[in-house]
Amino acid sequence: MTEKHLPYEHELDATLYKPIYHTGKGYYLTVAVLLAVIVWALYMFYMQLRTGLGLTGMAQPISWGFYIVNFVFFIGISHAGTLISAILRLSKAEWRRPITRMAEVITAIVLAIGGLHPIIDLGRPDRMLNLLTSGRLQSPLLWDVTSITAYFTASTVYLYVPMIPDIARLRDQGGKMKWLYTFMAWGFTGTERQKHILNRAINILMVMVIPIAVSVHTVISYIFSMTLQPGWHSTIFGPYFVVGAIFSGIAALLIVMIAFRKAFHLEAYLKEIHFKYLSTLMLIMSIIWFYFTFSEYLTGVFGDEPHEMDIIMYKFTGPFAVFFWGMVVCNFVIPMVLLAFKKFKTMTGILVASIAVVTGMWLERLIIVVPSLANPRMDLPMGIYIPTATEWALFAGGIAVFILGFMLFAKMFPLISIWEIEEGRKEGLKEVEERIHSYLPSTPGTT
Amino acid sequence: MAKWTMAIDLDRCTGCGACMVACKTENNVPIVTPEEAHEGRVMNWMEMITEYEGDYPNLSVRRMPKPCFHCDNPPCTRVCPVGATYRNEEGLVAQIYHRCIGCRYCMVACPFTAKVFNWHEPIWMEGADTCYNPDVSRRMVGVVEKCSFCAHRLTKVKEEADGEDRSNNDGEYLPACAEICPADAITFGDLEDRTSAVYGKSRDYRAHRIMEDLGVEPKVYYLSKRT
Repeated sequence: MTEKHLPYEHELDATLYKPIYHTGKGYYLTVAVLLAVIVWALYMFYMQLRTGLGLTGMAQPISWGFYIVNFVFFIGISHAGTLISAILRLSKAEWRRPITRMAEVITAIVLAIGGLHPIIDLGRPDRMLNLLTSGRLQSPLLWDVTSITAYFTASTVYLYVPMIPDIARLRDQGGKMKWLYTFMAWGFTGTERQKHILNRAINILMVMVIPIAVSVHTVISYIFSMTLQPGWHSTIFGPYFVVGAIFSGIAALLIVMIAFRKAFHLEAYLKEIHFKYLSTLMLIMSIIWFYFTFSEYLTGVFGDEPHEMDIIMYKFTGPFAVFFWGMVVCNFVIPMVLLAFKKFKTMTGILVASIAVVTGMWLERLIIVVPSLANPRMDLPMGIYIPTATEWALFAGGIAVFILGFMLFAKMFPLISIWEIEEGRKEGLKEVEERIHSYLPSTPGTT
Repeated sequence: MAKWTMAIDLDRCTGCGACMVACKTENNVPIVTPEEAHEGRVMNWMEMITEYEGDYPNLSVRRMPKPCFHCDNPPCTRVCPVGATYRNEEGLVAQIYHRCIGCRYCMVACPFTAKVFNWHEPIWMEGADTCYNPDVSRRMVGVVEKCSFCAHRLTKVKEEADGEDRSNNDGEYLPACAEICPADAITFGDLEDRTSAVYGKSRDYRAHRIMEDLGVEPKVYYLSKRT
C-alpha cells in the first residue's frame, strides 16, 4: 500500500488518531488468538446448555463456584472506570484527562461480561425471563439485577457523552465508517451552546454515577451477607466489597494503560507521573483493603464461634491456606513493597504490583465464595471444589472478550479523549492558575 | 391452621435407612451413578447424617435422619428471586419446579443443607422407569428440589376428609418416611392439635430442634437423651 496522506496528519494529536486508521500485523494475530479462545468458550457453554451444570465442578454442598467468583470479580474490575473517572473529574484532578476514557471503556465492557455470569450460572437459563414475570424484589438477586442494569446504563451513557466531540471530529475527518460517526455525533459541531450542554450533561452524569457504582458492589456483597451462613453474614461486607472493587479496578486500569501505552506509543500522553499518581491511589486502597480484611478476620477469630472458626481455619491452615496467604501477599505485601519505596516504583514495579493485585483480588473472591459453602453447619461430608475445563474455558473466554472488546473499541474511537486534552492545553492551565490563586490568601496589591 | 411437624426419636432410630429408601421411591428422586455420587451429587430428600463422637476405641456413632425442616421462618424462600420456593398455606416449604431458574441461591441460604440440585438430566435405572409414583411430578435438569413432607399425601387426605365432611384425624397424613420407619422413630402430625402424638413428643424432655438459636423455627424435633 502506498503511503497516502491521511486526514489526521496535520493534527496536533495525530498519535491518538493513528490506531484508528492503521492496523498492524500483531493486531490481527491477537484478534485471531482471542477469537479462538472465545469460540472454545462458546463451545463449552453450548455443551453445558445441552447437558446441564453437571459439567462444572460444582456439587453438594459447594453449589456456587467459578461463575459466581468471576461474577463478583468482573463486576469489581468494572469499578475501575466510571467511579475513578467520576471521582477524578469531580475533584478537578487535571491529570485525569488522558485516563478517563480508558477507565470508562473498562467499565462498560467488563460490566457486560460480569453481568452475564449469573446467567451462565443458572441451571435453567431458558427461564431467565421469569425474573421479569415473577421476580421478587425482596430477593437480593433482584437487587443485583436492578443495580447492575442501572449501572450499565449509566456507565455506557457516561462513556458515550464525553465521547461526542471526538466522534464529531472523526466524522469531519471523513474516511471509514463516516455513517456511524455521523449518527453517533448527533450533529455536534462544537458551538458554545452545545459545549455548555455537554459539560452540564457530564457534570450531572458524574455525580449520578458515583452512588450507582457504590450501590452495585454493595448489593453484590448483600447476596452473601444477607444469608445466615457463617463467613458471609457480616455487616462489613458492603464497604469491604466496594473497597476491593475500586482496588482491583485501579490495578486493571493500570495494566490496560501500560499495555496500550506500549502498543500505541502513547508515551507522550501517558507519562510516568500518571502512573505514579494512580499507583499511589492503589497503595492507599491496598492499606484500606488490609484494614478491612484484618477487622473482618480478627472479629471472627476473637469471637471464636465454632462454625465461624471452621471456615476461618479452612482458610488459614486448611485446603485454602495457599489461596488465603497468596491473597495477602498479592494484595498487601507486594503492593506495599513495590509502591511505598521510590526505588521500586518504576513502570515495571507498577506493572508487577497491578498484576499481583488483580490476581489477589480474584483469590479474595474465591476464598469468600467457596470456603463458606465447603463448611456447612450440618455435619455433612466436607466437599472439595475442583473447577472443570468448562469453567476454566468460560473464565478464559470472559477475559478474551474483555481484551477483544477493548481492541475493537480502540479501532473505532480514540482511547484518549482528544478534546479534553486540547481543552487542558487551552483552558486548563489558566483555570488551574486561577484556582490556585483563589485558594491562597490575597497578597497586598492585588484584589 | 395446622402446623405439620415431625418428631424423630433418635433413641429409637436404628439408622437402617428405610426412610431414605421410602422417600426415594415415593418422590421419584433420581438415583445417580456411583461416579456422580463420588463427586458429591447424591440426591436425597431424606439424608442420613453420621456423627462420630470420641476417639477409637471409645467411639460412638450417631445416625440422624434429616429431611427438610420446613422452617416457619425459612431463610431459603426469602432469597428466591422468582418465588419458586415459598411457604404454602399449610406452612410447608414448597418448590415450584417449573418456575425455578436454577440459581441455587436457596441452597446456599439453607443453614441445614436440605436442598439438592439436578446437575444432570435425571436417569432412572431400567425397570424403575416404569413405576414412578404418579402423584409426584418428576423434575427436570437444572432445578432445585427437596423434601416436601410428602405434600401430595396431604392433598389426598384432605380431599378424602372433605368428601366425608370431617376434619382429618391424627396420623392420617403421614409422609412416606414416617409410615415406613420400622422402629417407629418418626412421628408426624399437627403440632397445634394438643391431642396429637407429635405434640406429646415435642413436649418430651428429650426434645430439641437443631440450631434453634438461628430463629428460623424448624418444624422437625429430635428426641435424644444424648445432647
